[in-house]
Formats: sequence, C-alpha cells, structure tokens
Amino acid sequence: MNQPVITIAHAAVGYDGRAVLRDVSLTVTAGEVVAVLGANGSGKSTLVRSVLGLVPLSAGSVTLFDRPLRRFRQWERIGYVPQRLGAGGGVPATVREVVASGRLARRGILRPPGAADRAAVDRALHAVGLADRANDAVATLSGGQQQRTLIARALAGRPELLVLDEPTAGVDAASQEAFAAALREFVADGGTVLLVAHELGPLRPVISRAIVVHDGGICHDGPVPDPAGHHAEPDHDHVHPHCDDEPARLWSI
Amino acid sequence: MELFQYPYMQRALIAALVIGLAAPALGIYLVQRRLALIGDGIGHVALTGVGAGLLLNRSPVLVAVIVATLGAIAIELVRSRGRTSGDLALALLFYGGIAGGVMLVGLSNSPSANLNAYLFGSLTTISPADLTTIVVLGAVILVAMLALRPALFAVSHDEEYARVSGLPVRTLNMLIAITTAVTVTIAMRAVGVLLISALMVVPVASAQQVTRGFRTTMTAAMALGLFAAGSGVWVAANADTAPGASVVLMAIASFLVIALAAAGWRVLRRRRVPAAAPAAPEPHEVLLG
Repeated sequence: MNQPVITIAHAAVGYDGRAVLRDVSLTVTAGEVVAVLGANGSGKSTLVRSVLGLVPLSAGSVTLFDRPLRRFRQWERIGYVPQRLGAGGGVPATVREVVASGRLARRGILRPPGAADRAAVDRALHAVGLADRANDAVATLSGGQQQRTLIARALAGRPELLVLDEPTAGVDAASQEAFAAALREFVADGGTVLLVAHELGPLRPVISRAIVVHDGGICHDGPVPDPAGHHAEPDHDHVHPHCDDEPARLWSI
Repeated sequence: MELFQYPYMQRALIAALVIGLAAPALGIYLVQRRLALIGDGIGHVALTGVGAGLLLNRSPVLVAVIVATLGAIAIELVRSRGRTSGDLALALLFYGGIAGGVMLVGLSNSPSANLNAYLFGSLTTISPADLTTIVVLGAVILVAMLALRPALFAVSHDEEYARVSGLPVRTLNMLIAITTAVTVTIAMRAVGVLLISALMVVPVASAQQVTRGFRTTMTAAMALGLFAAGSGVWVAANADTAPGASVVLMAIASFLVIALAAAGWRVLRRRRVPAAAPAAPEPHEVLLG
C-alpha cells in the first residue's frame, strides 16, 4: 500500500458562520493524480486551500506526509500553484525571478542562490516551454504563459506533491498542452498531484481519480465522471459532474 | 562647491546619500505590496515622537524611532488582519500622529522653526552623533534589504505562496514595517518626515518605466535615489532652501525625464520598423463562444 501524502479527517470550514465544508474526509496516497471537481461555490477551492493551511479549519484535521499540518515544516516537499499571478504594485519582475522564488522553500531565506538553484530554475522553465522568455517581464506574457510561469515556480522546488488551484482556467490551448506535458513528466517521476479543476481538457488522461465536491461535502470519489447532457458534446470539454442525489434544477440556475 | 568645505555640509551630504541609497531599496518592496504611502503615514506618527522627545528633553530622533516603530507595528497588525475598517484605523493613527506632534512641539516651547526642520529637513542640524546613527542604521537597512531580497521579493509578490513555501511571512512583514519606521526617522534630519516617503517611492516609479526585472529595478532606483539626494542637497545649499524639497523635486524631475525619454524611445522604435509586414496575429488565448 502506498504511503498517504494527504489525509483529511472530518474537516469543516466556515466563513463568517456560513459552512463551506462539512465533515470532509479524504486520503491521497503517493503517486495519485486527484482532480477535485465541482460547480463554482461548491467548496472545492476551499478544500484544497485548507490542505495547505491557507484557510483555517473549524473542525477536523489535515495531515501532510504523516505530520499534522500545525507541525508540518517540510514545505519543500510541496509545490503550490495559485489560480493566478497577483497584479501586485506593478514593479516588474522577470519570469526567471518569479520562478526562482520556488527555490526558497528548499534553500531557506538566508542562503544566496547557487548553481543547483539556477539549474533547477532552468529545468523548470524548460519543462513548461518558457526557456526563451526567461528574461522577459511576466506582465508582458499572455495569461496562459503566466500560468505556466507559476507552474514552473512550483516545479523549481522539486516537490513531491503538487497542489494546483484551477491551473487551466482561461488558459489557451497551447498552454494547456504544455501544462499537461509538464504534469505527465512530474507524475512519471513519482510525483503526487491534487488539483482543482473546472474543465479538464488535455489533463483528462493524466487524472487517476476524481473527487466531486457538492454543497460542502464529497459526493463522488472514483474514476473521472463522464460529462452528461449538452456537456458531453465534443466541443464542450467542461467537466460538470453531477451528484446522484442532487435536485436536477440546481445546475440549471 | 566651496560650501561643502564646511563640516556640517559634508555631514548633510553624507547623510542624504546614505538615505538616497537606503530609501528606494526599502521602497521597492512597499511599492510592490501597494503600500506606497505607508512611509508618509509613519512619518506623521514619528512627529509625535519628535514632540515627545522635545517635551521630555530627550533626543527627538531616538524617541521618534521608538514611537514610529510602535506605529509601524500597529499598522502592520491592522494590515495583516485585512479588515475593512483598517483604512479608517490608519487615518486615525496618521492624523493623530501629526496633530500630537504639532501639539507636543508647541508645548515644549521650542522655536517653531524647529518643527519645520523635522518636517522638511535642515542641512545645519545634523550633529556628528546624528551622522553616526544615520550611517550605521542606513547600512543595516541596506544590508537587510539586499541580503533578504529573494525572500522579501517572494513575500511582496505573492504572500500566500510565500506562506506555502514555509517562509516566516509574519516576521518578514514585521521586518519591512520596522525598517520603514527606522528609515523615516533617520531621514528626518536630512529630508524631513513629510517628504521621506517620496524618496522611497519616486525612484522606484522612475526605474520601473525602463526595466523588466525586479533586481534591475532595485539597482536603478537606488542609483536614482543617490542622484536625487546628492543633487538635492547641492541645490538646497546653494539656494538656501529646505533640503527635503529640493531632493524630492530632483527625484520628480528625473521621473519626468525618464518618462519622456521612454515614451520617445517607444515612438522612435515604432517608426524605425514601420513598413515591415504586419506581424502574424497572435493566436486566440481563449475560445470565445
């Protein structure tokens, strides 16, 4: 049996007294590629963010690599890809500078970057196909290229677990393909992936397991569900999984 | 130039140059986190420290460092909580700071010219002991901002990512807040608490018009800060004006020159390659429909 990487036990999250997640339990083991699916507002992003400690749990527990989240310190084992690059105050930064931030978890804040850091940044830039844009300002890149920059930043730390929050939302086809290729390579090297997605697109073959979040709970855990109804049309690659017990009109609002 | 033969002028020049280097090195992180005006607010708070120092007959600079640091910590706590009422809390702190400062300075019966010296700087007030404080603290700020650049860049650029990288985010945020307070107070003599914020922000704004990376922006901003401080003190000495005003005007003048030059360069470049075939249209990033 594979080693558990993420264990969520009876987790609950609430914002301002409103429950977003209710009694969620989930175990992800090494080598799995788990997609968290669900409608907007279902709590799927909250689930993933609570795994990283970015959203506090109101009940239950999260365990990362056999350590309770509160005592977890080996952040170099995790690569996080947020939904998008924050605009910030507009000070320019090159693609390479952003990707180099991915080495901090491994290097610590006091040690200056060395040859190993530079080599890892080069490899990560290459893996997402941005080696030729390394010295350009990230702000001049397309949305898809910016997203690939964030994936390269996560890969540069050589993590064992990648956590991605809607990595392909609004990303052009070429970037989605580049992203899927980078993910395949990461999985082939034994990496574990937890990703939130609204649409799977070219990622679909890489996913080994799908979790569907609905109304703050997990309502499906298993193979990637087939798109239903008009979502199944060939030009609609939106994964809109439906739960067995949910009222049909919920999706038509 | 003969003015700079006087020791007090040399002290003023050295102090201004140190601050010209250190202020943009810190300011770039403030600009990146959209806190460009925070130095101004802390300057207001520092003035209460000046007033308290004058009233208690203690070193105004030292008391100002303490009061400004406490103010900076309070501001950082309000900011990190991200409450909507934070905006008003900051306003209370800022205006309370400047009102308290003016009140306390008044009560201390010092001549009012003294207040102006703290607000806009004064070339003649920097004692050798002041200069030592400015150079030592300025060097500490510079080393911290340069040595911790990767970590401070990560925190300023994407705070959540920095947290998931295991960086001590709260400590780094506090470091920036306290460094801001210290920079404001050491700059008080040379540039004044009301204008120091400009020296943190304007060189960064100038540099980022022509740079592509964070490191190059930082280097260019420090060079521009050094230039504005040096030339500003020279102007102040010759025209007998408050150095804060001339330093900031030099910084803004270089901003305008760089902005115009950058715009001109873009126009020229466009004209140089006009007749070439139009570039192939970029592929659509998203499928519309």
